[in-house]
Amino acid sequence: MTGWPAPAPGAAPLPAMIRAQARLELRTLARNGEQLLLTVIIPVLLLVVFSAEALISTGPGPRIDFIAPGILALAVISTSFTSLAIGTAFERRYGVLKRLGATPLPRAGLIAAKALTVLAVEAGQAALIIVVGLLLGWHPALSPAGIGAVLAALVLGSAAFSGLAMLMAGTMRAEATLAAANLVYLVLLGIGGVIFPLSKFPAGVRPVLRLLPSGALSDAFRSVLRYGAGLPARDLLVLTAWAVAGIALAARTFRWE
Amino acid sequence: MPAVEISGLVKNYGPVAAVAGLSLRAGRGQVTAILGPNGAGKTTTIEICEGYRRPDAGTVRVLGLDPARDARALRPRVGVMLQAGGIPTTVRPGEYLRVLARFYAHPIDPAALVDRLGLGESARTPFRRLSGGQQQRLALAAALIGRPELVFLDEPTAGLDPQARRATWELIESLRASGATVILTTHYLEEAERLADRVVIVDRGSLVAEGSPADLTGGHGQLRFRAEPGLDTAGLLAALPPGCVVKESPAGQYLIEPPGGVDPQVLATVTTWCAEQGILAQSLRIESRNLEDVFLELTGRELRS
Repeated sequence: MTGWPAPAPGAAPLPAMIRAQARLELRTLARNGEQLLLTVIIPVLLLVVFSAEALISTGPGPRIDFIAPGILALAVISTSFTSLAIGTAFERRYGVLKRLGATPLPRAGLIAAKALTVLAVEAGQAALIIVVGLLLGWHPALSPAGIGAVLAALVLGSAAFSGLAMLMAGTMRAEATLAAANLVYLVLLGIGGVIFPLSKFPAGVRPVLRLLPSGALSDAFRSVLRYGAGLPARDLLVLTAWAVAGIALAARTFRWE
Repeated sequence: MPAVEISGLVKNYGPVAAVAGLSLRAGRGQVTAILGPNGAGKTTTIEICEGYRRPDAGTVRVLGLDPARDARALRPRVGVMLQAGGIPTTVRPGEYLRVLARFYAHPIDPAALVDRLGLGESARTPFRRLSGGQQQRLALAAALIGRPELVFLDEPTAGLDPQARRATWELIESLRASGATVILTTHYLEEAERLADRVVIVDRGSLVAEGSPADLTGGHGQLRFRAEPGLDTAGLLAALPPGCVVKESPAGQYLIEPPGGVDPQVLATVTTWCAEQGILAQSLRIESRNLEDVFLELTGRELRS
Protein backbone atom coordinates (compact mmCIF):
# COMPACT_ATOMS: atom_id res chain seq x y z
CA MET A 1 0.00 0.00 0.00
CA THR A 2 1.86 3.06 -1.24
CA GLY A 3 0.15 6.40 -0.76
CA TRP A 4 -3.14 6.49 0.98
CA PRO A 5 -6.20 5.55 -1.11
CA ALA A 6 -8.39 8.52 -1.95
CA PRO A 7 -11.71 8.81 -0.12
CA ALA A 8 -14.46 6.63 -1.59
CA PRO A 9 -17.23 6.58 0.99
CA GLY A 10 -20.31 4.41 0.75
CA ALA A 11 -22.29 1.88 2.75
CA ALA A 12 -22.53 -1.81 1.94
CA PRO A 13 -25.99 -3.35 1.35
CA LEU A 14 -27.84 -3.91 4.63
CA PRO A 15 -28.02 -7.74 4.43
CA ALA A 16 -24.24 -7.96 3.97
CA MET A 17 -23.71 -5.76 7.05
CA ILE A 18 -26.10 -7.85 9.14
CA ARG A 19 -24.46 -11.11 8.06
CA ALA A 20 -20.99 -9.80 8.92
CA GLN A 21 -22.11 -8.54 12.33
CA ALA A 22 -23.99 -11.77 13.14
CA ARG A 23 -20.93 -13.86 12.25
CA LEU A 24 -18.79 -11.74 14.56
CA GLU A 25 -21.33 -12.12 17.38
CA LEU A 26 -21.37 -15.89 16.91
CA ARG A 27 -17.59 -16.12 16.96
CA THR A 28 -17.47 -13.93 20.06
CA LEU A 29 -19.93 -16.22 21.84
CA ALA A 30 -18.08 -19.36 20.82
CA ARG A 31 -14.92 -17.96 22.46
CA ASN A 32 -16.64 -17.21 25.74
CA GLY A 33 -16.24 -20.14 28.12
CA GLU A 34 -18.78 -19.00 30.72
CA GLN A 35 -21.40 -18.45 28.06
CA LEU A 36 -20.83 -21.93 26.63
CA LEU A 37 -21.16 -23.39 30.12
CA LEU A 38 -24.47 -21.63 30.51
CA THR A 39 -25.91 -22.34 27.09
CA VAL A 40 -24.58 -25.81 26.29
CA ILE A 41 -23.05 -27.67 29.20
CA ILE A 42 -25.58 -26.94 31.96
CA PRO A 43 -28.69 -27.77 29.86
CA VAL A 44 -27.20 -31.03 28.57
CA LEU A 45 -25.96 -31.98 32.03
CA LEU A 46 -29.38 -31.35 33.56
CA LEU A 47 -31.00 -33.34 30.77
CA VAL A 48 -28.80 -36.35 31.47
CA VAL A 49 -28.97 -36.16 35.27
CA PHE A 50 -32.68 -35.54 35.68
CA SER A 51 -33.70 -38.15 33.14
CA ALA A 52 -31.40 -40.78 34.66
CA GLU A 53 -32.42 -40.43 38.29
CA ALA A 54 -35.84 -39.93 39.82
CA LEU A 55 -34.81 -36.67 41.49
CA ILE A 56 -38.19 -35.13 40.89
CA SER A 57 -41.61 -36.56 40.34
CA THR A 58 -42.58 -35.91 36.74
CA GLY A 59 -45.98 -37.55 36.58
CA PRO A 60 -46.92 -40.54 34.44
CA GLY A 61 -44.76 -41.67 31.48
CA PRO A 62 -40.98 -41.71 31.01
CA ARG A 63 -39.15 -38.92 32.85
CA ILE A 64 -37.28 -37.86 29.71
CA ASP A 65 -40.57 -36.95 28.04
CA PHE A 66 -41.13 -34.38 30.79
CA ILE A 67 -37.52 -33.22 31.14
CA ALA A 68 -36.53 -32.75 27.49
CA PRO A 69 -39.11 -30.04 26.62
CA GLY A 70 -38.17 -28.17 29.82
CA ILE A 71 -34.49 -28.33 28.90
CA LEU A 72 -35.35 -26.93 25.47
CA ALA A 73 -37.03 -24.02 27.25
CA LEU A 74 -33.98 -23.61 29.49
CA ALA A 75 -31.76 -23.47 26.40
CA VAL A 76 -33.90 -20.68 24.98
CA ILE A 77 -33.72 -18.78 28.28
CA SER A 78 -29.95 -19.20 28.54
CA THR A 79 -29.37 -17.79 25.07
CA SER A 80 -32.08 -15.21 24.52
CA PHE A 81 -32.00 -13.91 28.07
CA THR A 82 -28.88 -14.55 30.15
CA SER A 83 -26.28 -14.68 27.43
CA LEU A 84 -27.78 -11.82 25.42
CA ALA A 85 -28.17 -9.60 28.49
CA ILE A 86 -24.61 -10.14 29.71
CA GLY A 87 -23.04 -9.81 26.26
CA THR A 88 -24.94 -6.65 25.41
CA ALA A 89 -24.31 -5.07 28.81
CA PHE A 90 -20.55 -5.45 28.40
CA GLU A 91 -20.69 -4.20 24.82
CA ARG A 92 -22.40 -1.12 26.16
CA ARG A 93 -19.89 -0.75 28.95
CA TYR A 94 -16.89 -1.01 26.59
CA GLY A 95 -18.35 1.48 24.13
CA VAL A 96 -18.80 -1.20 21.45
CA LEU A 97 -22.41 -0.19 20.83
CA LYS A 98 -21.40 3.47 20.74
CA ARG A 99 -18.67 2.77 18.20
CA LEU A 100 -21.01 0.64 16.06
CA GLY A 101 -23.35 3.63 16.04
CA ALA A 102 -20.75 5.48 13.97
CA THR A 103 -20.63 2.79 11.28
CA PRO A 104 -23.16 2.47 8.46
CA LEU A 105 -24.79 -0.48 10.30
CA PRO A 106 -28.12 0.97 11.48
CA ARG A 107 -29.47 0.12 14.94
CA ALA A 108 -32.20 -2.00 13.41
CA GLY A 109 -29.45 -3.88 11.56
CA LEU A 110 -27.58 -4.51 14.80
CA ILE A 111 -30.76 -5.79 16.43
CA ALA A 112 -31.41 -8.04 13.43
CA ALA A 113 -27.85 -9.39 13.71
CA LYS A 114 -28.37 -10.12 17.40
CA ALA A 115 -31.71 -11.81 16.70
CA LEU A 116 -30.11 -13.97 13.99
CA THR A 117 -27.32 -14.88 16.39
CA VAL A 118 -29.78 -15.86 19.12
CA LEU A 119 -31.78 -18.03 16.69
CA ALA A 120 -28.65 -19.66 15.28
CA VAL A 121 -27.34 -20.52 18.75
CA GLU A 122 -30.76 -21.86 19.74
CA ALA A 123 -30.88 -24.02 16.62
CA GLY A 124 -27.53 -25.52 17.64
CA GLN A 125 -28.66 -26.02 21.23
CA ALA A 126 -31.93 -27.63 20.12
CA ALA A 127 -30.11 -30.00 17.76
CA LEU A 128 -27.77 -31.09 20.55
CA ILE A 129 -30.58 -31.49 23.10
CA ILE A 130 -32.72 -33.44 20.64
CA VAL A 131 -29.87 -35.82 19.79
CA VAL A 132 -28.95 -36.38 23.46
CA GLY A 133 -32.65 -36.71 24.34
CA LEU A 134 -33.28 -39.31 21.64
CA LEU A 135 -30.24 -41.25 22.85
CA LEU A 136 -31.75 -41.18 26.33
CA GLY A 137 -34.97 -42.65 24.98
CA TRP A 138 -37.04 -39.53 24.38
CA HIS A 139 -40.14 -40.08 22.22
CA PRO A 140 -41.51 -36.65 21.38
CA ALA A 141 -45.03 -36.49 20.00
CA LEU A 142 -44.63 -35.02 16.55
CA SER A 143 -47.05 -33.66 13.98
CA PRO A 144 -46.66 -30.94 11.34
CA ALA A 145 -48.95 -28.66 13.34
CA GLY A 146 -46.99 -29.50 16.49
CA ILE A 147 -43.68 -28.56 14.87
CA GLY A 148 -45.19 -25.28 13.77
CA ALA A 149 -46.42 -24.62 17.30
CA VAL A 150 -43.01 -25.45 18.78
CA LEU A 151 -41.28 -23.08 16.34
CA ALA A 152 -43.83 -20.36 17.11
CA ALA A 153 -43.24 -20.82 20.85
CA LEU A 154 -39.48 -20.75 20.30
CA VAL A 155 -39.61 -17.50 18.33
CA LEU A 156 -42.11 -15.81 20.65
CA GLY A 157 -40.26 -17.03 23.74
CA SER A 158 -36.97 -15.77 22.34
CA ALA A 159 -38.58 -12.41 21.57
CA ALA A 160 -40.02 -12.19 25.09
CA PHE A 161 -36.73 -13.05 26.80
CA SER A 162 -34.65 -10.90 24.42
CA GLY A 163 -36.82 -7.89 25.23
CA LEU A 164 -36.23 -8.47 28.95
CA ALA A 165 -32.52 -9.00 28.33
CA MET A 166 -32.23 -5.71 26.44
CA LEU A 167 -34.24 -3.95 29.13
CA MET A 168 -31.67 -5.07 31.69
CA ALA A 169 -28.57 -4.53 29.54
CA GLY A 170 -29.70 -1.08 28.41
CA THR A 171 -30.37 0.35 31.84
CA MET A 172 -28.18 -1.45 34.39
CA ARG A 173 -24.43 -1.47 34.92
CA ALA A 174 -22.63 -4.38 33.27
CA GLU A 175 -21.65 -6.03 36.57
CA ALA A 176 -25.20 -5.70 37.88
CA THR A 177 -26.54 -7.22 34.67
CA LEU A 178 -24.07 -10.09 34.94
CA ALA A 179 -25.22 -10.89 38.46
CA ALA A 180 -28.93 -10.33 37.86
CA ALA A 181 -29.09 -12.27 34.59
CA ASN A 182 -27.45 -15.30 36.18
CA LEU A 183 -29.69 -15.01 39.22
CA VAL A 184 -32.84 -14.84 37.12
CA TYR A 185 -31.64 -17.90 35.18
CA LEU A 186 -31.27 -19.84 38.43
CA VAL A 187 -34.57 -18.62 39.85
CA LEU A 188 -36.45 -19.53 36.67
CA LEU A 189 -34.69 -22.89 36.69
CA GLY A 190 -36.05 -23.42 40.18
CA ILE A 191 -39.54 -21.98 40.15
CA GLY A 192 -40.14 -21.12 36.50
CA GLY A 193 -41.72 -24.44 35.59
CA VAL A 194 -38.68 -25.46 33.58
CA ILE A 195 -37.69 -28.72 35.28
CA PHE A 196 -39.77 -28.75 38.45
CA PRO A 197 -43.42 -29.36 37.53
CA LEU A 198 -45.70 -26.49 38.44
CA SER A 199 -48.11 -29.03 39.91
CA LYS A 200 -45.67 -29.36 42.83
CA PHE A 201 -46.15 -25.72 43.81
CA PRO A 202 -48.96 -24.50 46.09
CA ALA A 203 -52.22 -24.02 44.19
CA GLY A 204 -52.22 -20.30 45.05
CA VAL A 205 -49.02 -19.46 43.17
CA ARG A 206 -49.48 -21.81 40.21
CA PRO A 207 -51.49 -19.36 38.05
CA VAL A 208 -48.84 -16.69 38.65
CA LEU A 209 -46.00 -19.05 37.73
CA ARG A 210 -47.83 -20.04 34.56
CA LEU A 211 -47.87 -16.39 33.57
CA LEU A 212 -44.07 -16.22 33.74
CA PRO A 213 -42.51 -16.44 30.28
CA SER A 214 -40.48 -19.44 31.42
CA GLY A 215 -43.62 -21.26 32.60
CA ALA A 216 -45.48 -20.45 29.39
CA LEU A 217 -42.56 -21.50 27.20
CA SER A 218 -41.97 -24.81 29.04
CA ASP A 219 -45.68 -25.49 29.07
CA ALA A 220 -45.98 -24.82 25.35
CA PHE A 221 -43.09 -27.16 24.51
CA ARG A 222 -44.38 -29.79 26.91
CA SER A 223 -48.00 -29.76 25.86
CA VAL A 224 -47.00 -30.22 22.21
CA LEU A 225 -44.02 -32.56 22.54
CA ARG A 226 -45.31 -34.65 25.42
CA TYR A 227 -49.06 -34.64 24.95
CA GLY A 228 -49.30 -33.92 21.23
CA ALA A 229 -51.42 -30.80 21.65
CA GLY A 230 -51.92 -28.75 18.48
CA LEU A 231 -51.64 -25.10 19.41
CA PRO A 232 -50.96 -24.06 23.01
CA ALA A 233 -52.87 -20.81 22.45
CA ARG A 234 -52.84 -19.58 26.03
CA ASP A 235 -49.06 -20.01 26.35
CA LEU A 236 -48.42 -18.32 23.02
CA LEU A 237 -50.60 -15.44 24.13
CA VAL A 238 -48.65 -15.08 27.38
CA LEU A 239 -45.36 -15.11 25.46
CA THR A 240 -46.67 -12.54 22.97
CA ALA A 241 -47.71 -10.24 25.82
CA TRP A 242 -44.25 -10.51 27.42
CA ALA A 243 -42.58 -9.94 24.04
CA VAL A 244 -44.60 -6.82 23.28
CA ALA A 245 -44.21 -5.37 26.77
CA GLY A 246 -40.50 -6.22 27.10
CA ILE A 247 -39.48 -4.95 23.69
CA ALA A 248 -41.55 -1.77 24.01
CA LEU A 249 -40.05 -1.02 27.42
CA ALA A 250 -36.52 -1.84 26.26
CA ALA A 251 -36.93 0.40 23.22
CA ARG A 252 -38.00 3.29 25.45
CA THR A 253 -35.31 2.91 28.09
CA PHE A 254 -32.28 1.50 26.26
CA ARG A 255 -29.19 3.70 26.59
CA TRP A 256 -26.58 3.00 23.95
CA GLU A 257 -23.68 4.28 26.04
CA MET B 1 -18.80 24.65 1.87
CA PRO B 2 -16.55 23.86 4.84
CA ALA B 3 -16.32 20.26 6.08
CA VAL B 4 -17.52 21.29 9.51
CA GLU B 5 -19.21 24.52 10.47
CA ILE B 6 -20.20 25.18 14.07
CA SER B 7 -21.85 28.35 15.24
CA GLY B 8 -22.92 29.36 18.70
CA LEU B 9 -22.74 25.79 20.00
CA VAL B 10 -23.90 25.29 23.59
CA LYS B 11 -23.98 22.02 25.49
CA ASN B 12 -24.69 21.78 29.20
CA TYR B 13 -24.31 18.79 31.47
CA GLY B 14 -26.57 19.70 34.34
CA PRO B 15 -25.31 23.03 35.67
CA VAL B 16 -21.94 22.66 33.92
CA ALA B 17 -21.49 24.26 30.50
CA ALA B 18 -19.24 21.87 28.56
CA VAL B 19 -19.47 24.02 25.45
CA ALA B 20 -20.41 27.68 25.81
CA GLY B 21 -21.09 29.36 22.49
CA LEU B 22 -18.36 27.82 20.36
CA SER B 23 -18.07 28.75 16.69
CA LEU B 24 -15.54 27.31 14.29
CA ARG B 25 -15.03 26.17 10.71
CA ALA B 26 -12.89 23.36 9.37
CA GLY B 27 -11.95 23.51 5.72
CA ARG B 28 -12.21 20.56 3.34
CA GLY B 29 -9.03 18.67 2.62
CA GLN B 30 -7.35 20.24 5.62
CA VAL B 31 -6.17 19.00 8.98
CA THR B 32 -7.79 20.98 11.78
CA ALA B 33 -6.50 20.49 15.31
CA ILE B 34 -8.71 21.33 18.26
CA LEU B 35 -6.42 22.14 21.13
CA GLY B 36 -7.34 22.82 24.71
CA PRO B 37 -6.77 21.83 28.32
CA ASN B 38 -8.70 18.99 29.94
CA GLY B 39 -12.36 19.83 30.26
CA ALA B 40 -12.22 22.49 27.54
CA GLY B 41 -15.10 20.84 25.68
CA LYS B 42 -13.11 19.22 22.88
CA THR B 43 -14.63 15.74 23.13
CA THR B 44 -18.14 17.08 23.63
CA THR B 45 -17.77 19.22 20.50
CA ILE B 46 -16.45 16.30 18.45
CA GLU B 47 -19.16 13.96 19.71
CA ILE B 48 -21.83 16.45 18.71
CA CYS B 49 -20.28 16.53 15.22
CA GLU B 50 -20.35 12.71 15.22
CA GLY B 51 -24.05 12.73 16.04
CA TYR B 52 -23.69 11.20 19.53
CA ARG B 53 -25.06 14.20 21.38
CA ARG B 54 -27.48 16.92 20.53
CA PRO B 55 -26.60 20.56 21.06
CA ASP B 56 -28.62 22.60 23.56
CA ALA B 57 -28.23 25.62 21.28
CA GLY B 58 -26.42 26.63 18.12
CA THR B 59 -26.01 24.87 14.82
CA VAL B 60 -23.61 22.23 13.62
CA ARG B 61 -23.19 21.28 9.98
CA VAL B 62 -21.02 18.36 8.95
CA LEU B 63 -20.48 18.07 5.19
CA GLY B 64 -23.44 20.42 4.96
CA LEU B 65 -25.71 18.07 6.92
CA ASP B 66 -27.16 18.00 10.43
CA PRO B 67 -25.27 15.26 12.30
CA ALA B 68 -28.27 14.33 14.47
CA ARG B 69 -30.97 14.41 11.80
CA ASP B 70 -28.93 13.17 8.85
CA ALA B 71 -26.94 10.56 10.76
CA ARG B 72 -27.77 7.83 8.31
CA ALA B 73 -26.45 9.75 5.32
CA LEU B 74 -23.33 10.85 7.20
CA ARG B 75 -22.22 7.56 8.75
CA PRO B 76 -20.69 6.04 5.60
CA ARG B 77 -18.89 9.31 4.83
CA VAL B 78 -17.40 9.98 8.26
CA GLY B 79 -14.71 7.96 10.07
CA VAL B 80 -14.67 8.02 13.85
CA MET B 81 -11.96 7.23 16.38
CA LEU B 82 -13.25 7.53 19.92
CA GLN B 83 -11.00 8.68 22.72
CA ALA B 84 -11.27 5.26 24.35
CA GLY B 85 -13.03 1.96 23.97
CA GLY B 86 -15.36 0.82 21.27
CA ILE B 87 -13.67 -2.43 20.31
CA PRO B 88 -14.83 -5.81 21.71
CA THR B 89 -12.26 -7.19 24.14
CA THR B 90 -11.99 -10.65 22.57
CA VAL B 91 -11.92 -9.64 18.91
CA ARG B 92 -8.74 -10.06 16.83
CA PRO B 93 -7.50 -7.06 14.82
CA GLY B 94 -7.62 -8.85 11.45
CA GLU B 95 -11.07 -10.26 12.11
CA TYR B 96 -12.41 -6.92 13.38
CA LEU B 97 -11.24 -5.03 10.32
CA ARG B 98 -12.66 -7.70 7.99
CA VAL B 99 -16.07 -7.32 9.65
CA LEU B 100 -15.95 -3.51 9.47
CA ALA B 101 -14.86 -3.69 5.84
CA ARG B 102 -18.17 -5.43 5.07
CA PHE B 103 -20.06 -2.37 6.27
CA TYR B 104 -18.65 -0.20 3.47
CA ALA B 105 -18.98 -0.12 -0.30
CA HIS B 106 -15.29 0.44 -1.18
CA PRO B 107 -13.24 -0.44 1.89
CA ILE B 108 -9.48 -0.51 2.14
CA ASP B 109 -8.24 -4.11 1.96
CA PRO B 110 -8.11 -5.17 5.65
CA ALA B 111 -4.91 -7.18 5.18
CA ALA B 112 -3.13 -4.19 3.62
CA LEU B 113 -4.38 -1.93 6.39
CA VAL B 114 -3.16 -4.35 9.07
CA ASP B 115 0.30 -4.31 7.49
CA ARG B 116 0.35 -0.57 6.98
CA LEU B 117 -0.37 0.02 10.65
CA GLY B 118 2.19 -2.51 11.80
CA LEU B 119 -0.41 -4.85 13.26
CA GLY B 120 0.59 -7.83 11.12
CA GLU B 121 2.34 -9.68 13.96
CA SER B 122 -0.66 -9.30 16.24
CA ALA B 123 -3.46 -9.71 13.68
CA ARG B 124 -4.66 -12.78 15.62
CA THR B 125 -4.14 -11.49 19.16
CA PRO B 126 -7.31 -10.70 21.16
CA PHE B 127 -7.84 -6.96 21.57
CA ARG B 128 -7.44 -6.97 25.34
CA ARG B 129 -3.94 -8.46 25.02
CA LEU B 130 -2.69 -5.83 22.56
CA SER B 131 -0.42 -3.07 23.87
CA GLY B 132 -1.93 0.37 24.34
CA GLY B 133 -0.26 1.55 21.17
CA GLN B 134 -1.59 -1.38 19.15
CA GLN B 135 -5.09 -0.77 20.49
CA GLN B 136 -4.85 2.89 19.45
CA ARG B 137 -3.67 1.92 15.97
CA LEU B 138 -6.50 -0.57 15.56
CA ALA B 139 -9.01 2.12 16.55
CA LEU B 140 -7.42 4.40 13.98
CA ALA B 141 -7.57 1.68 11.32
CA ALA B 142 -11.25 1.16 12.12
CA ALA B 143 -11.88 4.86 11.52
CA LEU B 144 -10.20 4.73 8.12
CA ILE B 145 -11.23 1.38 6.62
CA GLY B 146 -14.38 2.74 4.96
CA ARG B 147 -12.39 5.40 3.05
CA PRO B 148 -14.29 8.29 4.63
CA GLU B 149 -14.05 11.81 3.27
CA LEU B 150 -14.02 13.24 6.81
CA VAL B 151 -12.31 11.72 9.84
CA PHE B 152 -12.72 12.67 13.49
CA LEU B 153 -9.81 11.55 15.65
CA ASP B 154 -10.20 12.18 19.37
CA GLU B 155 -6.68 12.23 20.82
CA PRO B 156 -5.26 9.78 18.26
CA THR B 157 -1.77 9.66 19.79
CA ALA B 158 -2.59 9.84 23.51
CA GLY B 159 -0.34 7.43 25.37
CA LEU B 160 1.74 6.42 22.33
CA ASP B 161 5.51 6.14 22.45
CA PRO B 162 7.50 8.53 20.24
CA GLN B 163 7.93 6.03 17.39
CA ALA B 164 4.26 5.15 17.30
CA ARG B 165 3.31 8.82 17.52
CA ARG B 166 5.55 9.64 14.57
CA ALA B 167 4.08 6.75 12.55
CA THR B 168 0.58 8.04 13.26
CA TRP B 169 1.60 11.55 12.22
CA GLU B 170 2.93 10.22 8.92
CA LEU B 171 -0.28 8.34 8.37
CA ILE B 172 -2.38 11.44 9.03
CA GLU B 173 -0.18 13.35 6.60
CA SER B 174 -0.72 10.78 3.86
CA LEU B 175 -4.43 10.73 4.66
CA ARG B 176 -4.49 14.50 4.11
CA ALA B 177 -2.52 14.08 0.90
CA SER B 178 -5.19 11.65 -0.34
CA GLY B 179 -7.77 14.43 -0.09
CA ALA B 180 -9.50 13.51 3.16
CA THR B 181 -10.44 16.07 5.77
CA VAL B 182 -9.13 15.40 9.27
CA ILE B 183 -10.32 16.90 12.53
CA LEU B 184 -8.35 15.88 15.57
CA THR B 185 -8.16 16.84 19.19
CA THR B 186 -4.87 16.80 20.98
CA HIS B 187 -3.01 17.88 24.08
CA TYR B 188 0.28 17.77 22.23
CA LEU B 189 1.24 21.13 20.90
CA GLU B 190 3.98 19.78 18.67
CA GLU B 191 1.38 17.51 17.13
CA ALA B 192 -0.85 20.43 16.24
CA GLU B 193 2.15 22.44 15.06
CA ARG B 194 3.35 19.66 12.79
CA LEU B 195 0.07 18.35 11.39
CA ALA B 196 -2.50 21.07 11.38
CA ASP B 197 -3.30 23.50 8.61
CA ARG B 198 -5.48 25.22 11.11
CA VAL B 199 -5.39 25.20 14.89
CA VAL B 200 -8.40 26.00 17.02
CA ILE B 201 -7.69 26.67 20.69
CA VAL B 202 -10.66 26.21 22.99
CA ASP B 203 -10.89 26.78 26.70
CA ARG B 204 -13.86 26.48 29.04
CA GLY B 205 -16.11 25.68 26.12
CA SER B 206 -15.33 28.66 23.94
CA LEU B 207 -12.92 29.58 21.21
CA VAL B 208 -9.89 31.53 22.39
CA ALA B 209 -7.84 31.59 19.19
CA GLU B 210 -7.72 30.11 15.73
CA GLY B 211 -5.47 30.26 12.74
CA SER B 212 -2.57 28.47 11.11
CA PRO B 213 0.26 27.53 13.48
CA ALA B 214 2.30 30.36 11.89
CA ASP B 215 -0.51 32.90 12.45
CA LEU B 216 -0.85 31.87 16.06
CA THR B 217 2.82 31.93 16.90
CA GLY B 218 3.15 35.27 15.14
CA GLY B 219 6.46 34.75 13.32
CA HIS B 220 9.41 36.39 15.12
CA GLY B 221 7.85 37.37 18.36
CA GLN B 222 10.29 38.82 20.84
CA LEU B 223 13.79 40.01 21.53
CA ARG B 224 15.75 38.94 24.59
CA PHE B 225 19.14 39.89 25.99
CA ARG B 226 21.11 39.63 29.18
CA ALA B 227 22.75 42.59 30.95
CA GLU B 228 23.35 43.90 34.46
CA PRO B 229 20.19 43.91 36.57
CA GLY B 230 18.16 46.99 37.34
CA LEU B 231 18.69 49.06 34.14
CA ASP B 232 16.38 52.01 33.68
CA THR B 233 14.63 51.08 30.44
CA ALA B 234 12.33 54.14 30.23
CA GLY B 235 14.52 55.65 27.49
CA LEU B 236 14.43 52.42 25.48
CA LEU B 237 10.68 52.21 25.76
CA ALA B 238 10.38 55.80 24.54
CA ALA B 239 12.59 55.05 21.52
CA LEU B 240 10.65 51.93 20.50
CA PRO B 241 7.47 52.05 18.43
CA PRO B 242 4.28 52.53 20.44
CA GLY B 243 2.73 49.41 21.97
CA CYS B 244 6.03 47.71 22.76
CA VAL B 245 6.47 46.03 26.11
CA VAL B 246 9.84 45.99 27.85
CA LYS B 247 10.24 43.67 30.82
CA GLU B 248 13.02 42.60 33.11
CA SER B 249 12.20 39.10 34.13
CA PRO B 250 14.02 37.50 35.86
CA ALA B 251 16.59 40.04 37.05
CA GLY B 252 19.17 40.69 34.35
CA GLN B 253 17.04 39.20 31.58
CA TYR B 254 15.43 41.79 29.35
CA LEU B 255 12.55 41.02 27.07
CA ILE B 256 11.17 43.29 24.35
CA GLU B 257 7.79 42.38 22.85
CA PRO B 258 6.85 44.57 19.89
CA PRO B 259 3.18 44.22 18.87
CA GLY B 260 4.04 43.42 15.23
CA GLY B 261 6.97 41.16 15.96
CA VAL B 262 10.65 41.97 15.82
CA ASP B 263 11.74 43.78 12.66
CA PRO B 264 15.17 45.18 11.71
CA GLN B 265 14.14 48.63 12.93
CA VAL B 266 13.33 47.31 16.42
CA LEU B 267 16.63 45.47 16.55
CA ALA B 268 18.53 48.63 15.53
CA THR B 269 16.71 50.72 18.12
CA VAL B 270 17.62 48.30 20.90
CA THR B 271 21.29 48.01 19.94
CA THR B 272 21.59 51.78 19.47
CA TRP B 273 20.13 52.39 22.91
CA CYS B 274 22.53 49.84 24.40
CA ALA B 275 25.49 51.55 22.67
CA GLU B 276 24.41 54.97 23.98
CA GLN B 277 24.11 53.60 27.51
CA GLY B 278 27.37 51.70 27.30
CA ILE B 279 25.60 48.40 27.81
CA LEU B 280 27.01 45.22 26.35
CA ALA B 281 23.91 43.17 25.56
CA GLN B 282 24.79 39.53 25.95
CA SER B 283 22.98 36.51 24.44
CA LEU B 284 20.93 38.86 22.33
CA ARG B 285 18.45 36.80 20.37
CA ILE B 286 15.20 36.96 18.49
CA GLU B 287 12.79 34.32 19.69
CA SER B 288 9.75 33.08 17.92
CA ARG B 289 6.96 31.99 20.20
CA ASN B 290 5.94 28.41 19.84
CA LEU B 291 2.44 27.10 20.09
CA GLU B 292 3.05 26.17 23.69
CA ASP B 293 3.73 29.81 24.63
CA VAL B 294 0.56 30.87 22.84
CA PHE B 295 -1.43 28.09 24.43
CA LEU B 296 -0.25 28.83 27.96
CA GLU B 297 -0.72 32.54 27.44
CA LEU B 298 -4.30 31.99 26.32
CA THR B 299 -5.38 29.26 28.67
CA GLY B 300 -3.36 30.20 31.74
CA ARG B 301 -0.55 28.43 33.49
CA GLU B 302 -2.35 27.17 36.54
CA LEU B 303 -3.05 23.47 36.81
CA ARG B 304 -6.58 22.38 36.10
CA SER B 305 -8.11 19.57 37.99
